Amino acid sequence: MSILVNKATRLVVQGITGREGTFHARQMKDYGTNIVAGVTPNKGGTVHEGVPVFDTVAQAVAATGANVSVIYVPPAFGADAIMEAAEAGVSLIVCITEGIPTVDMMRAFDFVKKRGARLIGPNCPGVITPGECKVGIMPAHIHRPGRIGVVSRSGTLTYEAVHQLTQLGLGQSTCVGIGGDPIIGLRFIDVLRLFHDDPNTDAVVMIGEIGGTDEETAAAFVKTSMTKPVIGFVAGRTAPPGRRMGHAGAIIAGGKGTAAEKMEAMRAAGMRVVESPAEIGATVAEVIGHRA
Amino acid sequence: MKIHEYQAKRLLAKYGVPIPRHHVALNPLDACMAAEALGTFPVVLKAQIHAGGRGKGGGVKLAHSLEEVESIALRMLGHKLVTPQTGPEGRTVHRLIVEEGLHIDRELYLSFLIDRSTSSPVLMASQAGGMEIEEVAAAAPEKILREVIDPVLGLQPYQARKVAFGLGFTGGQAATVVKILLALYRAFVESDASLIEINPFLLTKEGDFYALDAKVTLDDNALYRHPDYVELRDTREEEPLETEAAKYDLNYVKLDGNIGCMVNGAGLAMATMDIIKLSGGNPANFLDVGGGASQERVERAFRILLADPNVRAVLINIFGGIVRCDMVAAGVIAAARNLNVTLPIVVRLEGTNVEQGRALLEASGLNFTTTDGMKDAAEKVVALAAA
Repeated sequence: MSILVNKATRLVVQGITGREGTFHARQMKDYGTNIVAGVTPNKGGTVHEGVPVFDTVAQAVAATGANVSVIYVPPAFGADAIMEAAEAGVSLIVCITEGIPTVDMMRAFDFVKKRGARLIGPNCPGVITPGECKVGIMPAHIHRPGRIGVVSRSGTLTYEAVHQLTQLGLGQSTCVGIGGDPIIGLRFIDVLRLFHDDPNTDAVVMIGEIGGTDEETAAAFVKTSMTKPVIGFVAGRTAPPGRRMGHAGAIIAGGKGTAAEKMEAMRAAGMRVVESPAEIGATVAEVIGHRA
Repeated sequence: MKIHEYQAKRLLAKYGVPIPRHHVALNPLDACMAAEALGTFPVVLKAQIHAGGRGKGGGVKLAHSLEEVESIALRMLGHKLVTPQTGPEGRTVHRLIVEEGLHIDRELYLSFLIDRSTSSPVLMASQAGGMEIEEVAAAAPEKILREVIDPVLGLQPYQARKVAFGLGFTGGQAATVVKILLALYRAFVESDASLIEINPFLLTKEGDFYALDAKVTLDDNALYRHPDYVELRDTREEEPLETEAAKYDLNYVKLDGNIGCMVNGAGLAMATMDIIKLSGGNPANFLDVGGGASQERVERAFRILLADPNVRAVLINIFGGIVRCDMVAAGVIAAARNLNVTLPIVVRLEGTNVEQGRALLEASGLNFTTTDGMKDAAEKVVALAAA
């Protein structure tokens, strides 16, 4: 087992004929992801990268039984694409798009929630269950199948952590990039719950960053409900207050959302907190008693 | 994107939010003419800078005569204003507003912002106007009224009434406050704001309400659908290097250390700054060069981070991933050659073809130090910056 995506995933790629969509559809397919459909309005009936293209997600789902969608469309159309996927009945929507206006995202989030679908992102690298299924833009080759869950707000920093794990012989059950925006679908706590219930995950790495209070909420959950070890890192302890550090959601506002606060909440919850981003893999190995 | 108080007030006035009569002045003569046009004394002169805490820094002054208007305007315009939020270097004041003085009865606080935990807009209000909301939250959190707004339905009249009554208003005054709250919410959504803060929201002795101060921050992600916002941007309020970086879609934030950083990805860029600090050094900047790290982007990024005279050494940390390390290395070498970079550059590459990338850097004859892992890279660059 694993969480969110696996061999049974039937993927529809929204924006498959675009530059990003084309490139990453090919990469995902090469990894063995079962891409059953693509969607680009007005390109229905064509075949792209060997995948049948439909005008709407609803048509794609009806014709192919797609159950997961991944979105590579420009930001102006991102929220609309998310809502279209939710309405079409896919159970998981992974939105890679960066730069969706907040007002649009709040409404799309509400729409998805009311239809009972799960959303990952936007502004995220996606989700991968190594050896089974990749839905997103992460470099697949750094991953190995295994029993460590990874959840992160970042992209390349997640790759860094995964790379460290793999180097030490620690494979991953599933890696989830939840995204760097202020309004996102699944948050740390939601993904921790899934890892907690997954018999094939032994420990979880949680990579947070400045801004918001999701790390604190997740730490409280770890304290009360999580029996598996959770190893935490928070990026941005050197970030100045009031400045947005790349990600729309990475900002210390009104003195709240600092790395120090988040690390303290993690420690108070009994989590192991990694001080140096170079020590993430080694700390996991130490916590679970793994020898390379 | 931050905008000035006078711009925020214009924006809100379009939605029917009452604002005091005022004029913008670029020089002392303007300021005197503005005061004459208002036809009343006292008037208030307010420095227009993007940082808050202006009152504490002497950026808000009362004038009782034209002479006073002139002398205050002379002292403010063209001079640095230091407030608790500007840092010790302060900000140069290029504009004032000259505003009618009002008879204050009550000062309240109103704001609309995005609540991340509920993924909804939230209305916050407090009777303690004129104070920073963070101070109120720390000292007396029970005094803050909070209404979470359904992002689809918007602010409902019953919610606005709850807040108006909660602030202690009744009858006609409560009805006016409700009207203003609904107008503010409309402004918030339609202008794609991420923050509207009215502090203080004023009730005058005559019984009129005004947004005496107004702070509006606009959602950068939504600027594409508000082409008119381009003219609201004041690049004089920004760090020049950050303005330059933004032109090329590079995320750069200037800091005060001496180690220039070039990293792909925001999270990794922050983590790189953190590990430099842990290794005893100080980062000169945050710079996310983007996923691809093409030669063109690397070259632009070099130009920007080397324009900071404090930089003594550079750390490039690229997690190649899908992009091949040998291509990144070739781009870094070409960029360093083109720009004649002589400072020591520590390069940490990871990903596909990392060995070939490293070999290219070492064979280039340039001042590159290759490394093994982030820790090694940070320690090497800290040593080079201190040398």
